[in-house]
Amino acid sequence: MFLCSVYTVHSKPNYTELNEEKDVSETIKKYIKHHLKDTHGFYLTSFTNNKNKKIYIELPLPVIIYDNGFKFWMSPKLKHGKEVINHNGDYYRLYYETNTIYKTNAQGDFIFNENGKINNIKPIDFSITKNVLTIIIVSLLMLFLFGSLAKSYSKNNGVAKGIGRFFEPIILYIRDDIAIPNIGVKKYKNYMSFLLTVFFFVWFLNMLGLTPLGVNVTGNIAVTFSLALLTFLITNLTANKNYWGHIFWMPGIPVLIRIVLAPIEFLGVFIKPFSLLIRLYANIQAGHIVLYSLIGLMFIFKAWIGSSLSFLLAFFIAIIEILVALLQAYIFTMLSALYFGFAVEDHSEAH
Amino acid sequence: MEKLIEEFSIGLFFWQTVIFVILIFLLKKVAWRPILKAVNDREQGIKDALQSAELAKKEMESLKADNDKIMKQARIERDTLLKEARGIKNSIVSQAKDEAKAEAQKIIENANESIKNEKNAAVSEIKKQVATLSIDIAEKILKEKLSDDDKQMQIVEELLKDVKLK
Repeated sequence: MFLCSVYTVHSKPNYTELNEEKDVSETIKKYIKHHLKDTHGFYLTSFTNNKNKKIYIELPLPVIIYDNGFKFWMSPKLKHGKEVINHNGDYYRLYYETNTIYKTNAQGDFIFNENGKINNIKPIDFSITKNVLTIIIVSLLMLFLFGSLAKSYSKNNGVAKGIGRFFEPIILYIRDDIAIPNIGVKKYKNYMSFLLTVFFFVWFLNMLGLTPLGVNVTGNIAVTFSLALLTFLITNLTANKNYWGHIFWMPGIPVLIRIVLAPIEFLGVFIKPFSLLIRLYANIQAGHIVLYSLIGLMFIFKAWIGSSLSFLLAFFIAIIEILVALLQAYIFTMLSALYFGFAVEDHSEAH
Repeated sequence: MEKLIEEFSIGLFFWQTVIFVILIFLLKKVAWRPILKAVNDREQGIKDALQSAELAKKEMESLKADNDKIMKQARIERDTLLKEARGIKNSIVSQAKDEAKAEAQKIIENANESIKNEKNAAVSEIKKQVATLSIDIAEKILKEKLSDDDKQMQIVEELLKDVKLK
């Protein structure tokens, strides 16, 4: 906790922030929407003290933006978009609704166009955000867990010991029931590192998303895009002649159909990983929305029966979400293995 | 779609990709390769152990079969030996019997012979003795009869009576 910074911001009625006069459901909607987004600091809690001052407790994280060179400061300086940052004569301000940093004038004004979009310059944001920090933590956790599992083998004569032992059957499952059946015994070894890493990475992040820490990493489009992009790159960079042959000149069917099929198959090359990224994103995102909405319902009902019912519902959804967390990790890994299998399939025997 | 693109954060994408790729390579080196190798080795070890157990079982079976074969052979050999021995015994016994019979026959024959000889000898002796005795008796009788002249005459007469002139 010594890392956490505590700071105060004056509550001004004009801000879109939590306000007592506003409708509760509106507030809950805002909370959910905000929760689903990445933030610049690891926000833990906030409360309003008796002097009507809002007090935030958050883990400060570095903000790094690229705008004619890298600029750096710590996240509490953003003050949730309530103040303008003067960085050596350049002014920046966080737009709280979207958690985006814009370059502004000295007053910190956002210029909206007719569509309601902000026209200010948007510098590229390389900040170590909450999600980036979570990714780093999960990476370190994985390195520790599986590193110690690997070490325990040599220490105990080939028998796993410790926490890692729990993961050994899962590793074996991924090898025997995901990699080998889809890719084949000959080539599965080349893909094992990616499949294992992606499975545990997605699983751990999904599970972390269900903790009260409230991180939403795998429900972020940039993260799933990155994962799917890697699947796409590995599939197409390791593909053999057969794979491309089956896309552009499908063997064993009339020429006319081949010509029709080629663009469809070529589109499929992109649609397959795209479906991966959307599936993971949408499932986790939807799970978070449903769960938070049900928790929010308790505050809307404010009655014994309604609140306890929505609590029960939230409880069950949370349990289902634990299943979904594992399932989505499994599906991502499984489909990646399937696509790798298409890429290295040896058709010479089949036809 | 537009909302998704708007949400897309290049910085997060950059960090995610960089960290994830590094993580794959680190984990490959630190964890996946040694883990998969250890698991493979263990599986290979189990497979080998099972195979060698199977082999040992087979060897045992063949050994047992061999043993059985040898036992069977030995039993047959013993049987033939016994049979042979029995034959030999029988022949020896019968031979001995024959020999004994022959010997006995010979002895009996010899005995018979000697008995015959003895008998003959005894008979001839008896004959001799009877002859002597009868001579003696005749002498005595004659002596008696010829003790006086009257008697002698009487005999002569009698004899003469018998002797008729023909």
